[in-house]
Amino acid sequence: MAEAARAGGHIIGFAATTRTDRWWVGPLLTVLGLGGFVVYATWAAFQGSHYYYGPYLSPFYSPLLFIDPNAPGAAPLGQAWFGTWPSWWPSFLPASPAFLILVFPGAFRATCYYYRKAYYRSFFGTPPGCAVGPLPRRRYRGETGLLIVQNLHRYALYFAIAFIFILYDDAFRAFFRDGQFGVGVGSVVLLINPTLLAGYTFGCHSWRHLVGGRLDCFSCDRSSALRHGIWKGVSILNVGHMQWAWASLFWVALSDVYVRLLSMGVLRDLSTWG
Amino acid sequence: MSERLFRIWRGTAAGGSFVEYRVDVDPGMVVLDVLHRIQARLANDLAIRWNCKAGKCGSCSMEINGRPRLACMTRMNQFGGAEMIAVQPMKTFPVVKDLVTDVSWNYEQNRRIPPFRPKPRPADGQYRMRQVDVDRVQEFRKCIECFLCQDVCHVLRDQSRKDAFVGPRLMIRLASLEMHPLDTEDRVPALREEFGSGLCNITRCCTEVCPEQIQITDNGIIPLKERVVDRYFDPLLGLVRKVFRRK
Repeated sequence: MAEAARAGGHIIGFAATTRTDRWWVGPLLTVLGLGGFVVYATWAAFQGSHYYYGPYLSPFYSPLLFIDPNAPGAAPLGQAWFGTWPSWWPSFLPASPAFLILVFPGAFRATCYYYRKAYYRSFFGTPPGCAVGPLPRRRYRGETGLLIVQNLHRYALYFAIAFIFILYDDAFRAFFRDGQFGVGVGSVVLLINPTLLAGYTFGCHSWRHLVGGRLDCFSCDRSSALRHGIWKGVSILNVGHMQWAWASLFWVALSDVYVRLLSMGVLRDLSTWG
Repeated sequence: MSERLFRIWRGTAAGGSFVEYRVDVDPGMVVLDVLHRIQARLANDLAIRWNCKAGKCGSCSMEINGRPRLACMTRMNQFGGAEMIAVQPMKTFPVVKDLVTDVSWNYEQNRRIPPFRPKPRPADGQYRMRQVDVDRVQEFRKCIECFLCQDVCHVLRDQSRKDAFVGPRLMIRLASLEMHPLDTEDRVPALREEFGSGLCNITRCCTEVCPEQIQITDNGIIPLKERVVDRYFDPLLGLVRKVFRRK
C-alpha cells in the first residue's frame, strides 16, 4: 500500500483513497459470500454421497448423468441418464455426479455481467472500490487478454436455461414419493430453487440483448414489436439482477444442505407423506 | 449557522497542497455554496468552475471526501457535524488550477466518433420515429457532460489507458448513435478496435456516480459489448451471417 501524492492531492497505490465512507464493506461481503459458496460447493461436489433423499435430489447433482449406486445417500440407478458410473473415470477423483455438471452453472455465473463486477472488485482489486486505488499491474488489458473468454457468456446462458427445465422437473418429482402425491418441506425448497434461478437467468444481460436489445428499431415490424415486449419484461428482471443472483446462489446451496442433512439422517422432513 | 472545516487542494499541475479553511455554514447550503463563501471571504483566488448551480450544466465536478460529485448537488447536511470535508480536483484530468481541470481530452474523443448518418428520407420527405424507439436513446441524451464517469473509470483514472479506451461518457454517446433507429453508420468495428469496449470490465462505478442516473453500464456499455460479441465472438451468428450474407 505504498502511497504517494500527486497533483490534485490524490494518493496512489493499492486501496489508496481519500474516501471517508466504509467502501470496503461491499467487497468484503462479496469475498465472504462468494468465497463461502465456492468453498462449500467444491466440498459438496467432492463428497459424491448423500445427495438424494427420495424424492429429493440436490441441485448440485442434477442432472444425474451417471450414478455410483454403492455411494451412501446415492440416487437409485434408474434416475441416471446414462447408467452406472463409467470405468474410465480417473481413480484419484471421487465418483461424484456433480463433477460432470457443475461446470455449466459455474461458467454461467463466472461470466455473468453482475458477478464480473463483484469479483473484479473484491477478488482482483480492479478496482476494489470506486475512486479507490487498484492492484498495480504492468499493463491493464481488461477483457481483451485472457479474459476475452467472458464474451462466451451467451453460450453459458444456453446451458443455464436448459438447467432451469431440468431443475423444474426435479421439483415436480419432489412432489411424488413412491408414486403418491404429497408435499414436504423439501418439495417447496426444490420448487423455489429453479424459480429463483429462472429470475436470475431470464434477467441476464446477454438474454436481454438476444431477445430484443440488439434491434435498433422496436416498431418496424410485428416481430420487432413482439421482441420489444419481451425485452421490456426481461429489463424488469434485469434491474434486480444482483438480487436474483444472490438469492438464487444462496438457495441452491441451501437446497443441497437440506437434502444432504435429510440423507444423513440429521434432519427429518416435515411432509404429508408421514 | 455552524462552523465547518474544509480542506481544499490548492495548486497547479506543477504542484500544490491542501489548505484548511474554517467557514460558517448555513442550513440548506450545498458544497458549492460553501466554496463560494470561502472564495468571497477567505481565498479570493480560489479557482472553481461552475455555472448553473442546479445540476444541469456539469461544470462543478470535483471530488468531495474522495467521491466524484457535483459540488452544487452535494448537500452539507449529509456530512456529520464534526466531519472535515476534503475537496479535490478530478484525478483523471490534468489540473489547471485548484479545483479546475482540463477536460478537453473528452472533446477530442468525441470528435473521433463517426457522426449520425440517417437513412434516406421516405417519399413524403418526413422521418418518423415511434415513442418506443425514442425512449431508449433518449436516456443517453440526459448526459450533462460532467465527466464524473470519466473521472471514476479506473481504466482512465488509474490504469492510464486513455490511449485505448474512450471511457463511459463516450460509450454512452456511441450507444445513442448506434441504437438510433434512423442511423445507418456501422460503428461496431470501431467500438472494438478504436474505442476499446473490451477494456471496460464493467465495475459500474460510472453508473454509481452519474448525477443524471443514466444506467451507463446496463443500458449503454453492456449492450454495446454484446453487439461486439455478435460480430466477433459468436460462431453461430457468424455462420448465420455467412449463410444469409447479413452484416
